[in-house]
Parts: sequence; structure tokens; C-alpha cells
Amino acid sequence: MRILAQGEGGVVVELGDGIDDAVNARVHALAASVTEALAAEGVEVVPSYRSLLVLHDPVRTPRAGLVRRLRALAERVVEAPVMAPRRVVELPVCYGGAFGPDLDEVARLTGRSSEAVVSLHAAPVYRVHLLGFTPGFPYLGGLDPALEVPRLEVPRGRIPAGSVAIGGGQTGVYPVESPGGWRLVGRTPLRLFDPRRARPFLLAPGDGLRFVRVGPEAFEALAQRAEAGVDGLGGEA
Amino acid sequence: MITVVKAGLLATVQDLGRPGHRSSGMPLSGAMDRVALSVANLLAGNAPGAAAVELTLAGGTWRFDDDAVVALAGADLKGSLDGVPVAPWSSFQARAGSLLTFGAAATGVRAYLAVRGGVDVPVVLGSRSTYTRAGVGGLSGRALVSGDRLPVGEARGRAPAPRTLPPGRRPPCGGGATLRVLLGPQDDLFTAAGVATFLSGAYRVTPQNDRMGYRLEGPPIALLGGADIVTDALVPGAVQVPGSGQPIVMGADAQTTGGYAKIATVIGPDLRLLAQARSGDLLRFARVTQAAAVRAVREERDGLEALARWFAGRGARR
Repeated sequence: MRILAQGEGGVVVELGDGIDDAVNARVHALAASVTEALAAEGVEVVPSYRSLLVLHDPVRTPRAGLVRRLRALAERVVEAPVMAPRRVVELPVCYGGAFGPDLDEVARLTGRSSEAVVSLHAAPVYRVHLLGFTPGFPYLGGLDPALEVPRLEVPRGRIPAGSVAIGGGQTGVYPVESPGGWRLVGRTPLRLFDPRRARPFLLAPGDGLRFVRVGPEAFEALAQRAEAGVDGLGGEA
Repeated sequence: MITVVKAGLLATVQDLGRPGHRSSGMPLSGAMDRVALSVANLLAGNAPGAAAVELTLAGGTWRFDDDAVVALAGADLKGSLDGVPVAPWSSFQARAGSLLTFGAAATGVRAYLAVRGGVDVPVVLGSRSTYTRAGVGGLSGRALVSGDRLPVGEARGRAPAPRTLPPGRRPPCGGGATLRVLLGPQDDLFTAAGVATFLSGAYRVTPQNDRMGYRLEGPPIALLGGADIVTDALVPGAVQVPGSGQPIVMGADAQTTGGYAKIATVIGPDLRLLAQARSGDLLRFARVTQAAAVRAVREERDGLEALARWFAGRGARR
């Protein structure tokens, strides 16, 4: 374990060296215990692959005492068994065609049929290692190494919201229209980020995620419900 | 209502930002110069964190459709009300129909146009700040354009008298600056000579600077190995160094995670110096301790509180 500073109001607790499900699960366990212990002091946490950033008001919560408490919480987490994700979110995806314009190229690069790529991509329960890049963008752990493909040499300027993509050894979903260099294999009709909803973010760090293949008709029906804000994702709360 | 007659170079609604959602990838956002925003609001008789308009370099033209108490703070963008110059760091009464125009700033970048009652756009995830990349907050999630109309909130209590901050009380705005930094979190990925270069060199602000980050140009900072790290969390003020060795200092709209080694972090109170630096200005970095950084945070807060008391006590005449 390493404890580092990021500015006068940020403490980084590093729990490992690389991208690893067990290390990341501990990061999320630490995020939960720090939030429980310190949220009342206005402390905010930002989990990433192998570390937790703890943001604090350095006047209200002085550094030395905070570091002591974080060290104690982290030691407990490091010794605890790795937990499965608390919940698994199912994300409908329409693969290929206009929704996944790079699917055939990914198939060519990996020496498989497009059908096989979809099967491999939709098989695992991924873990949301962190959310970043744009609001609600999940960096997922668990991509089958057979699907590893290089990023585009020239990133796209505009990727439609909901695009499901593979870049290097990673896969993720673009929540809002943005530029990006990952290869697009499909699209989800659900909104990963919708500020109109009571729960604006569909995914939380540490969640499990499974892609469920749907056809274009189901996609359109679900997209209309999402547009109307009646997609059952907490908007009516 | 305030009508945007001409939006200028970049005008967005900002308050003190949107904390609490960074674990979901939602940046902090908010005013790049938090002190200037707070002072503009105090001048206008608002709470320091009310929403105001952040103006950038060229301030545009604004029409007040109703009588309003208006304040300006930050860079001197040479404002005039119906042709009569108004002092920077001052508040004034604008009659219904009056026009606020701006010239060109000699130095500095960002000014805040506050109005008594605050700019009343919808609150999104606890803030009115605009984050244009995700279309969140402000007016329809975007920068203001000609023809937009900004609602003004209900003001409470007695209207403050017009007042001007004496030059001695105005925070510095623009030109070269030395930014205080805390080393880390990844200073161990740089050579000792690389860290020394960073702390002694002068870095020029390039035209690639915006609310997300400032690319600087100067003596290259030597890394021990590669610049890529396992992606981790990022804050405004983080100094990222990609393989080129040329630093990037992150701004208020910094994405919440990044993959470059971070040699240091600019302390919160000095981020406003970055916000007021423009293309061509020279920046330097000076290492401080955590204790010194916390003292600077206290000084900034005490300064704003003293200003609020001074305004309250003085009833303040021009």
C-alpha cells in the first residue's frame, strides 16, 4: 500500500500496481468504507483501477489525521476477501450494422467471424473498474483477450451516445456524444447518463455489467422509452 | 432577464462547481477564477457562490431588460455601461434597457459578470455550472450565443450600494506568475534533474489552453521511463507530463481520470493565476509544503470573509 498526495486537498491510496480484478474490488470496498466513515465531513472519493483518490477540505479535515484513518481503513480492506459485484446490470446492445460500424473490421483483425466476436463480447460479466473520460463512461475489466485490437489510428471526432467499443485490451460504452479512438461494435439504446433521472448515472463503480444482444426492433423500442424518460431507470422516483 | 446581444469569445454560466459526482466521471467545473467569481457576487449582494457569467478575453454585449444591480470582477475587459466606462472590480446600477459593452483586455483572461439575485438557470446535479463537453448545466448545457436570454433570480434583502474595490484590495490578474505546487503523486517517475527542470524553468502558455487544461511549452521535463501510468484520478491543478516532456496543467473542467504521469499539483488558491494567464504568458512553479498550502487556503478564505464584512460594515459608497 502507498499513500500519496494530489494537491493540498487530495490523498491517493494505492492498493496495487496494475489492472487487476482483485485489486480493483478492494479499491471499491475502500471507497465504500471511506464514504461511510468520512462523508459527513464532506470527503469525496474517486476510485480508479488500483487506487482511491480521497478529496478533503484540508482546513476542516487536516492531512495527518486523515492519513492515519485511511491507513487503518485500507489495512482492513486489504485483508478482507474479494467480494463479487454487489449487482449486475444488463445492458441491451444491438451489434453490427450502422450501430457497430467497426464490427467486421474487429472480426478481420482477430481472425474470427463477426458472429463469434459478438458471442465472445456478450459472454462475460464485466466489472466496472472505474468511470471517467466523460460522465458515466465505464472502463470495464474482463474483455476476452482474443478480442484485443489496436485503437483507430485516427480517432473519430463524433461518436454517438451509447456506442459500445473495444480499444486495446479494454471495452466500454460512450455515454454522451464525444470524440474517441476505440472501435465501435454495437450500440445500447439505454442512457448511461441522463441528468433528468433521479439516478442520473446507470452504472456505479464496482458494478457488474453484462451485454445482452438485441435486434434493431427491440433497440428502437427501448430507445423511444429512454427518450421519453420512462426506461425504468429511476427517473420516476 | 439579461439578453445576450453578442456573446464575445466564450461566455458560460458558472458557480463554484459540481462536487460529489466525480466517482461517476462528472468533472468539478465551476469558475476558473473562484476568487473573482466570489468577489463579483459579494459586490452584487449575493452569496459568494451564486451563478454568474464567466467572460473570456472579449466580453461581448449584454442588455439588461429590467433594472439590475450588476458587478464585474476579474480581468479588466474594459466594460462600459451605455458608453460610460465602469471600473473593474465594481458594482453599479443598470437601468432597464441599458447596454453593457466590452473592449479588449490588456492583461488577464476571465471576468465575471454577476447580477443581484444570481443567474437563475436550472440546477443540475447540485450546480448551475456549464460543462459543455457533456451538455450539462448553464443554459441548455452550452456556451451562450447571441439572442440567448438569461433569467435572473429573486433577490432578498436590501440592495447593496454601488461600490468599487480599491486597487490595493484587488487580487492580481494576468501576466506571468509563479504557481505554488505540491510535488506528486507521481514525481517518482521523473529523474531528479527532471524535477529540478520543472521547478526552475519558465513555461510559456500555448494557444492550446481552455477550461479543461493548459498546454505549456518550455524546457522538457525528463521522465525515468514512459509517461503512461495506469489511469487514475485527476484534479484541477494536476500537472500531467506526456512523453514530450511538455507539461499540461488541468483546469476546472479537467476530466476526472487521466493516464499521464503527474509530477505535481498546483495548490487551489493559485489556480486563479492559471485562469488569468493567456497565450504567451510565462509561468513558473515553486514547491511548497502541505502546511504552506493550507495557510494559503486559509488566507484566501479569510480574505473573502474580511471583504464581505467590509462591504457589510461600510454600506459602501463609491
